Amino acid sequence: MLTVASLSRTQLEARLSSAGLLVQTGAFVSRIHSPLRQVADGIDTLYGDYPLHDGDAFADFHVGLRHPGGMRRWYKPQVNFDLDGQLPFEPLPQAHAFPMLEWGLNWCISTRAHAYLMIHAAVVERGGCAAILPAPPGSGKSTLCAALVNRGWRLLSDELALFRPADGVLVPVPRPVSLKNRSIDVIRDYVADAVFSVPVSNTTKGTVAHLKAPSASVARAHETARPAWIVFPRYEAGAATSLTPIPRASAFFRVADNAFNYSHMGGRGFQTLAAAIDGCASYDFRYSALDEAMAVFAALEPPR
Amino acid sequence: MKRLPILVRLLRDPDRAASLSLAEWDLALRQSTSTNLSPTLLALLEERGLLDAVPAQPRAHLEWVRALATRHRQAVRFEVECIQAALVKEAAPLLLLKGAAYAMAGLRAGAGRLFGDIDILVPKTRLDQVESALMLHGWAGTGHDAYDQRYYRQWMHELPPMQHVRRRTSIDVHHAILPETAPVRPDPDKLRAAAVPIEGMPGLATLAPCDMVLHSAVHLFFDGEFDKGLRDLLDLHRMLQEFGGRPGFWDALPGRARELQLGRPLFYALRYSRRLLGTRVPDEVLDAVAPLGPGLPLRMLMDGLFGRALLPMHTSCDDAFSAAARFILYVRGNWLRMPPRLLARHLFHKAFISKKTEIKK
Repeated sequence: MLTVASLSRTQLEARLSSAGLLVQTGAFVSRIHSPLRQVADGIDTLYGDYPLHDGDAFADFHVGLRHPGGMRRWYKPQVNFDLDGQLPFEPLPQAHAFPMLEWGLNWCISTRAHAYLMIHAAVVERGGCAAILPAPPGSGKSTLCAALVNRGWRLLSDELALFRPADGVLVPVPRPVSLKNRSIDVIRDYVADAVFSVPVSNTTKGTVAHLKAPSASVARAHETARPAWIVFPRYEAGAATSLTPIPRASAFFRVADNAFNYSHMGGRGFQTLAAAIDGCASYDFRYSALDEAMAVFAALEPPR
Repeated sequence: MKRLPILVRLLRDPDRAASLSLAEWDLALRQSTSTNLSPTLLALLEERGLLDAVPAQPRAHLEWVRALATRHRQAVRFEVECIQAALVKEAAPLLLLKGAAYAMAGLRAGAGRLFGDIDILVPKTRLDQVESALMLHGWAGTGHDAYDQRYYRQWMHELPPMQHVRRRTSIDVHHAILPETAPVRPDPDKLRAAAVPIEGMPGLATLAPCDMVLHSAVHLFFDGEFDKGLRDLLDLHRMLQEFGGRPGFWDALPGRARELQLGRPLFYALRYSRRLLGTRVPDEVLDAVAPLGPGLPLRMLMDGLFGRALLPMHTSCDDAFSAAARFILYVRGNWLRMPPRLLARHLFHKAFISKKTEIKK
């Protein structure tokens, strides 16, 4: 299948500003419209490996990033995220267009794809076993995820753990990893050939840059993984590395707290999550040094 | 007439599902998503055993909304039980209107239909007791100012919407189906007298089939907002299909409409349900309802307005006049609620005085 990298920059911009660029990320196809250079730059830098579809193919999400129109086109230009004619968010400065696309695509999945129990968590896999890292922003989840996927783990997602209720496996959506503030430099130092989008400052989350997903993870986007570990990460400057087992009941509630659609899923959501918790070993994980964290993850034994 | 949007063609003739291309599915689902009709589409296709004929990608979307529809059905049942428990003394049987009625009575119109509030009808003389009982059980009037209170209590046909403080669910308590200030006033006593119990659900009732259709028609064609227009038209289509098979329904409908002063909305309901969704209506009924419709010039204008406003709320369905049609119908909807002087006063208050108080807050 053709990938986005097969398009020249001119062709890429032409698709984005006319019929839309159809990109497949994991189970989802998005049709992206945008005349904005920032969006073309981000896609050009980070989406080269992803499958490309023809203009008349089926798309799950029809999204656009456009100027709101009026005078704001010239004076402090802004950008709107548009989901097929609806504007779910307030406009942002035009410079924030690419992060807005990433947030918007996450939002599309988390508000629509109720075939899955969806948890706000990073997911990485090794040897068919997946580690789920649910956590609120600021816990160092994405930093840890970015480091792991550049040290032998496969990226399933940086933001969305999608549990398939029928068999309890995790379905990948490998997309760029969102890093904030100091984490950007930490990962730049830690990953020799890291490819980043242009950092955008003064967003609601501070400075944001997206790290390209490893090509091998994108190529294996159709391979599901079995949940094996649930790890609640917590970065604390200067903290000693510690991995503490936690009881299942408390793991259950803490994961449910991070779910996007637990209540929508009703009984099915409960059963799916209960089965996942039963099959996983759950831990609290405190860290400050990435190398030590990598060693702890490398030593994780699959639960029987 | 122009070619109908793909979603409307699919709702009209679900058998098309087997032969749509992926590009047509793409557009049909965009239209159904923006109109909140995907769960209904799922129900319609399942009813006819057509879901397996749908290609994998669009079928996945229909499966996404299945969870929402299932959860919605459970939530409605639970909420109705709570309301019933709160009003066991004040309103027995509990007379449900619109979405909650369709869902609880197991009507086809209720299958997959998503809605926000539960609507009930109580005698005007019992309003105070019903309101107090609901408040005792955790529902609170939503934060309206003194003007809004007056607007609802003096002029409207319902209490200000109430919301449960913990569950955040809403209930609309009606004492009539049209505002006190509207030019026609269908007698609520007649509606309540004809109400029918829901089989297998003690203590719950719905309007009689003819009245349910007429209420749905007046709600759609006397209102000013059409964002849910196609959904409401589909309710009418599904009810006419289902009730139409019951003995006596068609014979009684035109007469009942005249009795309740609802001939005009029934005329529109039958006209646009037939035009857009291909509803089969007996010729005698059409003949009986024809004199209740408007004269030719107004009819042509209304065809132009409703013919646009009832389409899916999606850019692919709009033409150069769609926005204007919706605006004119919005003005008309308000016009039909109140006499001109009162309306002018109401709009003036909303535009200048309410806004000013809001800004101050």
